[in-house]
Amino acid sequence: MSAKIRKIAVTVEETHREIGRVINPPTRKAVAVAVIENPFAGAYQEDLTVLMDFGAELGALLGQKCVAALGIAPADAQSYGKSAMVGENGELEHAAAILHPKLGAPLRAAVEKGAALVASSKKMGSPGQILDVPLGHKDAAYVRSHFDGIEVRLNDAPRANEIMVAVAVTDSGRPLPRVGGLTHEDAKGEDGLR
Amino acid sequence: MPDVVLRKLITSTEEIFHEGGPVPATSLRRAAVLAVIENPFAGRYEPDIQGFMEDLKPLGLKMAQRLIDVLGGADQIEGYGKGAMIGEAGELEHGALWHAPGGYAMRQLLDHSNAIVPSTKKVTGVGGRLDVPITHINASYVRSHFDSMEVGANDTPRANEMVLVLVMSTGARIHNRAGGLAAAEIKGEDGLR
Repeated sequence: MSAKIRKIAVTVEETHREIGRVINPPTRKAVAVAVIENPFAGAYQEDLTVLMDFGAELGALLGQKCVAALGIAPADAQSYGKSAMVGENGELEHAAAILHPKLGAPLRAAVEKGAALVASSKKMGSPGQILDVPLGHKDAAYVRSHFDGIEVRLNDAPRANEIMVAVAVTDSGRPLPRVGGLTHEDAKGEDGLR
Repeated sequence: MPDVVLRKLITSTEEIFHEGGPVPATSLRRAAVLAVIENPFAGRYEPDIQGFMEDLKPLGLKMAQRLIDVLGGADQIEGYGKGAMIGEAGELEHGALWHAPGGYAMRQLLDHSNAIVPSTKKVTGVGGRLDVPITHINASYVRSHFDSMEVGANDTPRANEMVLVLVMSTGARIHNRAGGLAAAEIKGEDGLR
């Protein structure tokens, strides 16, 4: 059984200037969202395996969509994140089932490597609500310049029986990073942390 | 006239497979491109603003071409629309400067685009959203193609900014069945039918 997808939305943000300074090359963030039917809306379901499998499917699909939208080689991705928003007839655990057990491995394949934990967020919501997807460096979680987030919002999702699943990928950090810490250039990317 | 100072470009695409009904063989795709630029007239009343329309022409063409590229080519495009959001230090009239450079950029790059480009505009704050109308590119009365796309971003428009928007779509609403003039029946001469 694969996810029944109603729509997919992909957004790329490029920042060319920030507080009067030119950002060259522009920093770029992509987020891809799938709106799927929640097969367990309306009734408690003990076994969430189906949603875990949806996670694997969507990790690959949405990760690839982001990389394609950025027009980069997978290895050039620098940070990533994942989130889900569950419509009112579902439960928060549905988001956890999609995001945590199986979504990460195919997402990592889509961006190559990905030694670091994939930052995540989840919430219950309704059509038009905002979902903030956290971002962290894909190979070294302590890279401070890449702690960021991107907002997604679809006016018509998630309906009560739907789940919005989002994956974000960037090819850069914040526009003007200057709070120190580990840098992208200095990261080893072996243990996922530094 | 002032330069066009670009802070952000945002490109959004939506691919719609169904909306509760039978899944058609072809999905509907919509795309929007948003340019967040400085409003050169923010904070004062400027009587003479029309020169900025000329300055916006290259940006309009760049944005229209980007939409065509993300939707797979000019021959894929069947609907379009445009809009503007003006930050609070500007006025609605500044958004009206987008009509000519935004609309004619799309029509220049799309064959058989005789229909007027529908539009909307407003003054709003950071995080404001805009529902951009969409109609058929060659005949405004084609009912199946009346649509819209909501756009916006959390950090725009700042008080001294404008967000200029172009939208294109690849076809009719996904389960269109409200009748009216069909795309296959249009004459495509007057831009209306």
